[in-house]
Amino acid sequence: MLQARAALLRALRRFFDVRGFLEVETPCLSRDIVVERHLRPWRAHPLDGRENEAKQGDDWWLQSSPEFAMKRLLAAGATAIFQVSHAFRAEESGRLHNPEFTLVEWYRIDDDLEDGMLLLGQLCEELLGKGAASPVSYADAFQRYVSLDPHQASVEDLREAARKFDVSIPPSMSMGDKDEWLNLLLAELVEPKLGQEQPTILFDYPASQAALARRRQGKPWLAERFELYVDGVELANGYHELCNAEELRRRNATVNTQRASDGDSSLPEESRLLAAMEHGLPPCTGVALGFDRFVMAATGAKSIREVLAFPADRA
Amino acid sequence: MPSYNTSDFRKGLKVQLDGEPYIMIECNFVKPGKGQAMYKCKLRNLIKNTVIDRTYKSDTSIEAADVSDINAQFLYRQADTFVFMDNDSYEQYELALEQVDDAWEYLKEGMVCSMTLFNDNPISVEPPNHVVLAVEYCEPAVRGNTATNLTKPVKLETGAEMMCPAFVEIGDLIKIDTRTGDYIERSKG
Repeated sequence: MLQARAALLRALRRFFDVRGFLEVETPCLSRDIVVERHLRPWRAHPLDGRENEAKQGDDWWLQSSPEFAMKRLLAAGATAIFQVSHAFRAEESGRLHNPEFTLVEWYRIDDDLEDGMLLLGQLCEELLGKGAASPVSYADAFQRYVSLDPHQASVEDLREAARKFDVSIPPSMSMGDKDEWLNLLLAELVEPKLGQEQPTILFDYPASQAALARRRQGKPWLAERFELYVDGVELANGYHELCNAEELRRRNATVNTQRASDGDSSLPEESRLLAAMEHGLPPCTGVALGFDRFVMAATGAKSIREVLAFPADRA
Repeated sequence: MPSYNTSDFRKGLKVQLDGEPYIMIECNFVKPGKGQAMYKCKLRNLIKNTVIDRTYKSDTSIEAADVSDINAQFLYRQADTFVFMDNDSYEQYELALEQVDDAWEYLKEGMVCSMTLFNDNPISVEPPNHVVLAVEYCEPAVRGNTATNLTKPVKLETGAEMMCPAFVEIGDLIKIDTRTGDYIERSKG
């Protein structure tokens, strides 16, 4: 297994090398952290007990992805970069999750959504040997498997669909949060069907789930975000990146309001990335590929434990 | 009663839903589209043995089930009621035939079984993996035939019927695997 893993990593590096991508390394331990609603990051502090004196903005974080730092490199003039790095997300543990995992992340300036999906599809076809990836929009996938339009549907429509398809509805679902219902239906009815015949790229997410993707010009309810699925498992997530500092600042504030209502601590809204974006981030598309799951898909492993030298409980 | 948070979820956890005890037989962590983490679980009802699917958002808690296993001695059967005694506390427990289920076929006075209690009430009982029971009635053995592939029905001292090799005779003690219901061997007693 470790040999198969190493061979895939070599092939990935070759894939990016021949396309002129520069391999970079950015800090795992950083002042910045991605501001996301459902993220529980690791905050790190040195041993001497000074954490009590730490002021807001003095924290160090183990990176949940190298996204911020890599975009700062683009703002500083890089054009096509990739990185193989470890990422950390607390409390994510299961058949497909380990709190520390490996991401392969890449960015290329001037790529739009279509270019980004094309490159991801090539990588998938060349390295996974499961054929070309076929794109399907979020709306088409919901139409096909849940028989509704996810962008138009109301929370009541989504709840009705969950009942109709006999989905187990968690007891604490909120009627005020449409994304929660979309995610439930996605997990129960859509994801298991994706990437079964051939790899599938799901694209054009609802704008409320844009994260760091830009919205479609002229169709502001769509986010230019895409995810790769193989055998019902999400392997990669990509954005036609948001470059507008003001909008990121607004999204960060919204996320922190949501986190507060969820009972989670707020995350730092100001970052070195925001400063770089104010200076100018060129238009670009970026993708993060879960390398452990990629190895699982290539080898047929059933659990992430099988592809890790030491999973978290033995780390 | 304590409760379990989703972060405690794992196979084998015993929880209470709608007043009934369940054991978690599967638990999968999912986090679709950067949304809230969810746990997709399969749970088996410890009384009815039915299996249900339940999905929980992270940070949900569910009540733990007060389920425990004790060693209980089978005392006697009175019509469809089976009476057991806790070997440690000498407390007596009664189970109905439908709770005892197929285990009645193997229950002999004095036999020590594993009994499951839910809120201090018995919900099921398991006989030992191997039991030795006397044959109460069967057709006479065919002389000289010791092949085990020829079988015939026999009636056990508990009243249950099963298939045994043709050479088994009335009064024989036979050893049975209660998990499969199979004859193992003639026992010397």
